[in-house]
Amino acid sequence: MITWPNFLSQLFNGLAAGALLALISSGLTIIYGTLGVLNLAHGAMFMLGGYAGYIAFQATGSFVVAIAAGALFLVVLGIALEILVLRHFYDRPPEDQLLVTFGIGIVIVELVRFGFGSLSRSVPPPSWAGGVTPLGFLIYPTYRLVVMGIAAVALGIIYLVLYRTRLGMIVRAGIEDSGMVDMLGINVYRVFMVVFGIGAMAAGFAGIVNAPVVSLTPDIGESILVQTFVVVVIGGVGSFPGAILGGLIAGEILSLTSMIDPAYSGVMLFAAMTLVLLLRPQGLLGALGRE
Amino acid sequence: MSKYNPPEATRRDVLWSAGAAIAATALPRFAFAEDKPPIGTWPAGSQGDSVTIGAAVPRTGTYAAQGEDELKGMQLAVEHINSGDPLIKKISPKTNKGVLGKQVKLVVADSEAKPNTAVQEQSRFISENKIVAMTGSTSSAVAVALNKLAQREHVLYLVAISGSNDTTGKDCVRYSFRQCFYGQTAAAAIGPVMLKNYGKNKKAAYLTPDYTYGHTVQKSMEDYLNKNGGWTTVTNQVAPLGAPDYSSYLLNVANSGADYLLNINWGHDAVLSIQQAKQFGVLDKMKLVIPYQIPLLAKEVGPDLLQGVLAATDFWWTLEDKYPLAKMFVEAFDKKYGYKPDWGANNAYMQFAMWARMCEDAGSFYPPDVIKAYEKGETIPSTVGDVHFRPEDHQLVRPVIIVEGKKPGDMRNKEDFWEILEVVPGDDLMQKPDAFGCHLGEYT
Repeated sequence: MITWPNFLSQLFNGLAAGALLALISSGLTIIYGTLGVLNLAHGAMFMLGGYAGYIAFQATGSFVVAIAAGALFLVVLGIALEILVLRHFYDRPPEDQLLVTFGIGIVIVELVRFGFGSLSRSVPPPSWAGGVTPLGFLIYPTYRLVVMGIAAVALGIIYLVLYRTRLGMIVRAGIEDSGMVDMLGINVYRVFMVVFGIGAMAAGFAGIVNAPVVSLTPDIGESILVQTFVVVVIGGVGSFPGAILGGLIAGEILSLTSMIDPAYSGVMLFAAMTLVLLLRPQGLLGALGRE
Repeated sequence: MSKYNPPEATRRDVLWSAGAAIAATALPRFAFAEDKPPIGTWPAGSQGDSVTIGAAVPRTGTYAAQGEDELKGMQLAVEHINSGDPLIKKISPKTNKGVLGKQVKLVVADSEAKPNTAVQEQSRFISENKIVAMTGSTSSAVAVALNKLAQREHVLYLVAISGSNDTTGKDCVRYSFRQCFYGQTAAAAIGPVMLKNYGKNKKAAYLTPDYTYGHTVQKSMEDYLNKNGGWTTVTNQVAPLGAPDYSSYLLNVANSGADYLLNINWGHDAVLSIQQAKQFGVLDKMKLVIPYQIPLLAKEVGPDLLQGVLAATDFWWTLEDKYPLAKMFVEAFDKKYGYKPDWGANNAYMQFAMWARMCEDAGSFYPPDVIKAYEKGETIPSTVGDVHFRPEDHQLVRPVIIVEGKKPGDMRNKEDFWEILEVVPGDDLMQKPDAFGCHLGEYT
């Protein structure tokens, strides 16, 4: 229903939803840009971050510990997976890489299902962030405002790492031309390992930050993964600013379409992706000719 | 002549032997007439010492928790049928270790609550396992697809959970039977309670999943409330199955000015949308109603959000105080699985038990004979009292249970979530058999 208060509410909600999508997508796009691997286990890692945080929360009752646990567990897992599995697939055809990450995703999801069953689990928001906050034109769940803030800070940190550090410079150079970086005598594989760890951490971090907003089931990563791909394609594959822009655009499309007819919000998201692919195949902020 | 002593044959003896002779020659002919042409998986599926039922239940995805629950009901039923448990004998008196002397086996696949997957898996069971019946569904989209498969392949389909009017309405088939309640009966049962408790001329917002179940239940509720109570629908938020976030739908609801939120979402969608409705303050503005209860919902969202909430359901375990068969079922289930069964498990159990009864009654697994046994419409004892199938649309005439969420303080134990307000008899809840366009189709 289209009224001014509802329009403003949805516009704001699109921003909040988009911030989270941007955070998840940034991990996916950095990994793809640097390693050239499309990580189909990204949704499963998002889910796993939530469950790791859930366990930590059950054990300690502290939300901060839960967030740290969700992020750290995924860094460790990401690095381990890079060393044990992914590293052996860089020289193999892309379809092998797709299959192996897809397989890793299935294993993660089924292990969690085996351990936790299909009943959903909830992580409550920290007590200071429960309830709702009146914003004038709408009342909004306080925790979702916190999520916006957390996502903005996290994206800011990733930005600083990428654009203000030596590691970031290598990563960005690797996105442009990893062969040349290799030739310059930089150990690309170590960079790949670190980048995969950071990408996995972004997914896990987003998973636990998002946990109080949703309830956890082993399947929550699946629908998020689809939206994340759309975000990355709209923003430009491999582009970190593109992931942020794409996330915000996707959030707004989902929210604003639902105001007119909610049944079409998913359709509109894919329509937007199609439009971008037709008019600017490299994505809004992507560069042509990246490898 | 004198040497010949005719046997002392009375006329009766002659008639007897003549009769026996005719019978002796006629028997093979009679048996030959019984020897019907093969149909579906018959007779291949029932020639060994066991028969198999194929179950396609969602074990992953939005409806996974409910799928696991109904699967447990099926497994318990198979165990009871094969051991000749007293509970099965109450429902199917002729059952004595197996059905028609054959042990029942269950093969299970994950349907993901997707029609295509369910049809693929059942087709595989039909060709590889020669299943005598199929079951499963927690989504009416799956139920409708399996209806069509059942009719085409001439294999019985015991509908599991399916709330759409279409399943025994416009998409009904000769080869399927539904035990559980559905949009029409849910609305006719909970509608009067809502009008009595909440009054007339109220504004309703709906959260509706975007497929046949959601659309038909929403329409049935809206028709009842608007026609009989002068209610108006201020918004109907249609969401895809498995939506990852309900924020934008809930903002529309929050801004709609509704008095009541009728949430038709199901499975994890219901859990998520109710929890997020609380987060968005929607539940402080308007009262929640659940027209089609979701098994295990209260366990997942907790009693706080459901206290005072009205819901229509198919079965709730405290019916054990009212019905002896319910007591037997709840005890057996709790003993085996360590928790009180919800309605998905009861639905599955009853479907299997009634199928066993019909096969015993028909004296054969020949599908048209089993179907005709169902269509006799005999009274069957069940966990919700006496029930019977309606021959015109293969829908079970059974009560709908109206429940209200208990306050956490009033719960007698940790699973005592719902207070039973009414057990509404089924006869008056049903539409006329042809009202939803049911044409059952052929037997062969």
